[in-house]
Amino acid sequence: MTDVARLWSYLSTSPLTWLTATVLAYLAADALARRLGNPPWANPVLMSVLLIAPVLWGTGTAYAAYFEGAQFIHFLLGPATVALALPLWDNRETIRHSVLPILLALVAGSVVAAGSAILLARAFGLPPELILSVAPKSTTAPVALGISEAVGGLPSLTAVLVILTGIIGAVTVTPLMNLLRIGDWRARGFAVGVAAHGIGTARAFQVNPVAGAYAGIAMALNALLTSLIVPVLVRWLV
Amino acid sequence: MVRAAGSRQNGGDTNRKGVTAMLATFGLLLSCQLIGEVAARGLALPVPGPVLGLALLLLLLRLSPPLAERLRPTTGVILANLSLMFVPAGVGVIGNLEVLSKDWLALLIILTVSTLLAMLAAVGTFILVRRLTERGAGA
Repeated sequence: MTDVARLWSYLSTSPLTWLTATVLAYLAADALARRLGNPPWANPVLMSVLLIAPVLWGTGTAYAAYFEGAQFIHFLLGPATVALALPLWDNRETIRHSVLPILLALVAGSVVAAGSAILLARAFGLPPELILSVAPKSTTAPVALGISEAVGGLPSLTAVLVILTGIIGAVTVTPLMNLLRIGDWRARGFAVGVAAHGIGTARAFQVNPVAGAYAGIAMALNALLTSLIVPVLVRWLV
Repeated sequence: MVRAAGSRQNGGDTNRKGVTAMLATFGLLLSCQLIGEVAARGLALPVPGPVLGLALLLLLLRLSPPLAERLRPTTGVILANLSLMFVPAGVGVIGNLEVLSKDWLALLIILTVSTLLAMLAAVGTFILVRRLTERGAGA
């Protein structure tokens, strides 16, 4: 019995366990999503979290212990953001022809994303630190954390709200755009990239490469714009 | 100097060349990010380091277009599995159960409504401006 206990105390605190669990959970979630034909609701991030969170909860493992291992994957968000240069480069011709739609849609999407989150959070009577934590929800995780911290939110809560936003955007974009009969992949991709950052971008790449490239542009530009406008919106609206 | 990270194309079997190209690509991505982080911090820019890194890589591709073909196999794998990289932050939900359990319904409604509004604003603006500018260009 003590051997089992000792083995478990090694496993539960070893970064290797949680790194492995994260990769395996994702592989299982991705395989399942593919087998189902990548329907909007079978989101790989959501399914992976649903596989891992109960294990941590059931074994009483703290998030900090889990993150010791998972940080190696989390770290890849940075190089992955840089890698978005490639789809942008591949689509440089079409992008050059839609500079004006891109810039204006960016401002509209970014301001509505942050502004509506702040106003809705106020309308629900949430405490100020929650309002500040939800404001940068539509921008990519590392940027949102920095903004949240700068304006006085709770960065760890912002991380979760960012991921939830990404999942919500990735799940709703296809039905929403089909409902509106929007067939322009550039517009569809751009919208989900502005509203739902990398998870929306991953969804867009699943559906169409042009949509993916435009989602990537929207996500990168929105990382810039959100870090400029959230501090201003917070001063006005909170 | 960053381009020195490009792989050597001569010698070795195909597999080994593939691995070297993968590492070279990864080295280049990390170098771009590092330079981006240093620039963002050093110049106190409000722009995140990886986004500056993205801009730097675009500049490198512009200076040397053949670079794209060497990077593509590795960046393709990374971007095809972008979802994986959000899992650790997503699991953070268990570290915030206390806050979330109290206001989860309000937060869920806020996130859903706000995300839908943002997508509508962006897609509407994009299509409207595209129609106006394309009509202007065609006239």
